[in-house]
Amino acid sequence: MFDFLQGYDLLGAFWVTVQLTVYSAIGSLVWGTLLAAMRVSPVPLMRGFGTVYVNIVRNIPLTVIIVFTSLGLFQTLGVSMGADRFTTINFRLAVLGLTAYTSAFVCEAVRSGINTVPLGQVEAARAIGLSFPQVLRIIVLPQAFRSVVGPLANVLIALTKNTTVAAAIGVAEAALLMREMIENEAQLILISVIFAAGFICLTLPTGLFLGWVAKKVAVKR
Amino acid sequence: MPVPEGGDALVVLRGVDKHFGDLHVLQSIDLTIHRGEVVVVIGPSGSGKSTLCRAINRLETIDNGEILVDGRPLPAEGRELAALRADVGMVFQSFNLFAHKTVLGNVTLGQIKVRKKDRKAAEQRARALLDRVGVASQAEKYPAQLSGGQQQRVAIARALAMDPKVMLFDEPTSALDPEMINEVLEVMQQLARDGMTMVVVTHEMGFARSAANRVVFMADGRVVEETTPDEFFSNPRSDRAKDFLSKILHH
Repeated sequence: MFDFLQGYDLLGAFWVTVQLTVYSAIGSLVWGTLLAAMRVSPVPLMRGFGTVYVNIVRNIPLTVIIVFTSLGLFQTLGVSMGADRFTTINFRLAVLGLTAYTSAFVCEAVRSGINTVPLGQVEAARAIGLSFPQVLRIIVLPQAFRSVVGPLANVLIALTKNTTVAAAIGVAEAALLMREMIENEAQLILISVIFAAGFICLTLPTGLFLGWVAKKVAVKR
Repeated sequence: MPVPEGGDALVVLRGVDKHFGDLHVLQSIDLTIHRGEVVVVIGPSGSGKSTLCRAINRLETIDNGEILVDGRPLPAEGRELAALRADVGMVFQSFNLFAHKTVLGNVTLGQIKVRKKDRKAAEQRARALLDRVGVASQAEKYPAQLSGGQQQRVAIARALAMDPKVMLFDEPTSALDPEMINEVLEVMQQLARDGMTMVVVTHEMGFARSAANRVVFMADGRVVEETTPDEFFSNPRSDRAKDFLSKILHH
């Protein structure tokens, strides 16, 4: 029944999916947090930049962003992300696009977490002489992150599934392989089930694990 | 207690004005607090006493006038403001201990990040201060595991750890259960006896009587009376003060 799988590197394709997810997750966690910091900063220019970035980027379809990284950044502007093999270039462009897009959602999740930190925490931190960056880094963000593990898990699950869009610029991840198999094999339902199950194997444990983490790190008040 | 004679001015407010929208919450306040003095600010709610207290370390900005701490005007923002706040201890009504840090972490944080002490020296000092306020055995716990009275005493230790020139208390016992008020007041009494300069916004008239050098009575955004506790409680001059005292003392 599963003979048709022979000759396809299913695990390899999902491994690329995992790599896309991990790199983009790290990238968007960092960039998204910086954006959130900008959106609450006392500097109007930074606040403005953060707001404009989030509202533009999260309203553009991911496909458009991913295709732009390839057609716009690479083929028109010659941005090759420090690589010279096509597969590597496309992989890195996809990570860039996914990061740029997911950061907007991470930013909003983190910002909602910042809003759960009582003002008194900030005042107490300022009152002992901490600077704005210190208040954010030492007092506000650690408490904010603890309260948004759940929402961030949602963003991570969405990101995992969004990596399939990278197929649009030829990154050899799971969705690209699925397309190839659907063209060549007469097992349409089975193929769909296999790939659906593959993604569930990735995202379900992520969700359960992060749900447990969320409970564990919650700040008691 | 007599007002210390010839003490030099540590905190000076001159013509301080502040509005919250239409509400004129501070109206040309002039007030001088001398080194080593304990000033208790009392008055009905909404009289502006908390705002006054918070203006001294610029948690509230002011519209007009000037505030000097140790001879220097309050910096508007940035590094200098942070440095000034490190020298002005603040104790809040709702304690505001850092919820994700242990008690020890709360008291060492400012020493390490602002005063740049090494961790060992900071912990030693923190434990000594926690011992002084009577919560040494709670050092490894998180704030949520402590009673309100214990949390407030930790908050006092956290402020003291910065070696402040002056301590501001913004209604430190108002959020406490009655049986926990005394343990906090005792710590404050001890501080006062040790010569700490203190500005205390409170409704605790007993504390005002026993620890204050001077009582400042505020109503409707103005300083209405400013005198010794004995004089204020036995012989208030203004009608507002008489009215206020009759409401809180005779029932």
